[in-house]
Amino acid sequence: MEPSRGRDVSEVALKGADAPVAVAASRAAVLRRLRLTDMIFHGLTRGASLAVLALLGGVILSLVYGAAPALSTFGFGFLFDESWNPVTERFGALAPIFGTLVTSAIAMLIAVPVGLMIAFFLTELCPMMLRRPIGIAIELLAGIPSIIYGIWGLFVFAPFMQQYVQPLFIDSFANVPVLSTLFAGPPYGIGMFTAGLILAIMVLPFVTSISRDVFDAVPPVLKEAAYGVGCTTWEVFRYVVLPYTRIGVIGGFMLGLGRALGETMAVTFVIGNAHHVSASLFAPGTTISASIANEFTEAVGDLYTSSLIALGLILFFITFCVLAIARYLLLRLQKQGGK
Amino acid sequence: MNLSKIVLTAAALALSPVAAYAIDISGAGATFPYPIYAKWADAYKKETGNGLNYQSIGSGGGIKQIKAKTVTFGATDAPLPGKELDESGLAQFPAVMGAIVPVVNLEGIKPGELTLDGPTVANIYLGAIKSWDDPAIAKLNPNTKLPKQAIVPVRRSDGSGTTYNFAYYLAEISPEWKSKVGVSTALQWPVGIGAKGNEGVAGNVAQTKGSIGYVEYAYAKQNKLIHTKMINKAGKTVEPNATTFQAAAANADWKSVPGYGVILANQPGDQSWPMTAATWILLYKKPEKAAETAEALKFFAWSYAKGDKMAEELDYVPMPDNVVNDILKMWSADVKDGSGKPLYSPTN
Repeated sequence: MEPSRGRDVSEVALKGADAPVAVAASRAAVLRRLRLTDMIFHGLTRGASLAVLALLGGVILSLVYGAAPALSTFGFGFLFDESWNPVTERFGALAPIFGTLVTSAIAMLIAVPVGLMIAFFLTELCPMMLRRPIGIAIELLAGIPSIIYGIWGLFVFAPFMQQYVQPLFIDSFANVPVLSTLFAGPPYGIGMFTAGLILAIMVLPFVTSISRDVFDAVPPVLKEAAYGVGCTTWEVFRYVVLPYTRIGVIGGFMLGLGRALGETMAVTFVIGNAHHVSASLFAPGTTISASIANEFTEAVGDLYTSSLIALGLILFFITFCVLAIARYLLLRLQKQGGK
Repeated sequence: MNLSKIVLTAAALALSPVAAYAIDISGAGATFPYPIYAKWADAYKKETGNGLNYQSIGSGGGIKQIKAKTVTFGATDAPLPGKELDESGLAQFPAVMGAIVPVVNLEGIKPGELTLDGPTVANIYLGAIKSWDDPAIAKLNPNTKLPKQAIVPVRRSDGSGTTYNFAYYLAEISPEWKSKVGVSTALQWPVGIGAKGNEGVAGNVAQTKGSIGYVEYAYAKQNKLIHTKMINKAGKTVEPNATTFQAAAANADWKSVPGYGVILANQPGDQSWPMTAATWILLYKKPEKAAETAEALKFFAWSYAKGDKMAEELDYVPMPDNVVNDILKMWSADVKDGSGKPLYSPTN
């Protein structure tokens, strides 16, 4: 029977004193073998990391290659052209970029405050009995597949929006200068606003669970001291918990934003898939990922396909920028914290 | 045992399964005829043991796949022009016909109660008619109470042969549509919301009050949507049903366009449904894999001969006999293997 490696080593060590010459040789052999396995392990880990880099490079290269015909035909104008006309083969990315940014902005505007409040409630104010059920419910929200959100959005949420919420908004803001444009009719039920709300629900669990975890990490001494000098709950949250956890909170924010930018299926169901830039949030629009999902299989002609790939490249770029900005913010915060 | 014997035995072993197993025909393309192709394939498999693997990935996808030679046949709702067929060496023939119907979601309106005409539908999708109580709609429906409600036009967000046929009809009727929007499988729509697939449009119309959409008739029927009547080229009001679809098909002059690429929109005749549409099969005239194409032709010959009743059950319209005879003749004359032998003959 082969002795296990651990025993092997210890036996060699113990017997070392008795038979110096023979043992020195066998010890060298064991060490060599250990070095070899370590080298293989090193190689494997390095290989895995390099594979990710190669994969990323391959994706970028194929996106650039695929997008080249569209970008060389339309040039920079591609970014600022609203038209998307398969008949005359004139394509522009303005409407999908606009839709992607607007729906993600709506989602973050709603999900971040709500998520922070839930997280604070769960860590500070919630009775112990309720903590687990609410926490699990939030995590379950993250586990629901996006197609379910899409179907629920189309069959339940959109009709509700069309019949109750949108008419209310349109009527109440009809005479308010800016809001009357933002919430202009007709109520279609589906559109950018509805898509943003669905996205907010989808992003909420990410923001909440990460914020809750970092709030939990705040040393109780800090909070108790703040309460001790007479701070209100709001002041503790604003001036103790948030500053202490801002890096984690921003991390959760970015994770949520990443999901909102790239979410495809649920958005496709409720955004209306129209290549229009409209001032009204109730108007149908489209996002980059929704356009690709809808049109790629049936895109006839090289320029059409290439334009869709160019959209993918732009989404890649936007996501990259978001990550870069997040890193930059974290870096600045850390520097300020150091002062 | 010498070497050549071993090689021969190995070759025999390698080849024998091909002879022993049934051949699966592969096809890809239009979603519009998918229900009937699936039904035919099922019955054909029971009768002959040969299966058909059809992927309903859409007309554009079908054209791409056949050009890439990954499938034995492609299927499309938008016919290829004669020049493109000649350039790529493809034969094109219609398999079956169906119809597109406008569907609406309006409080208190029952199926077939509302009547529309081509110019009105075009103006709704151009965004010129915005409300259901518009005088243009009211004029066509003097006895119906129309609500003052915004119209939500629903259309396809993916490229689609159904869109192609619908747009072709609107372009025939409305010069403004022809110049502003045009005809293609995907369009730059002036208004409305997009949904993926016939089922997506059906779902959106069912969920959205005040909406109008266009779907293949079978989808309207299965989803119990409220279809409208249409005023046809002869100025008569017609209901969508097998009689009016067949009337439109009967008036078509199939030989007038290469590859039988006749669009059945806006056909003459008192009984003709104005949005009837055919769907086509594409396969190579000189295929690399002749045996598979021969099997595909056998399948379609079988479906022309025995598939009519199944088609009617699903509200499709079978091809008329004289057109079928002509198609079979075309196969014998045009579709050949490498040695020039026809891949289809009426006896095999």
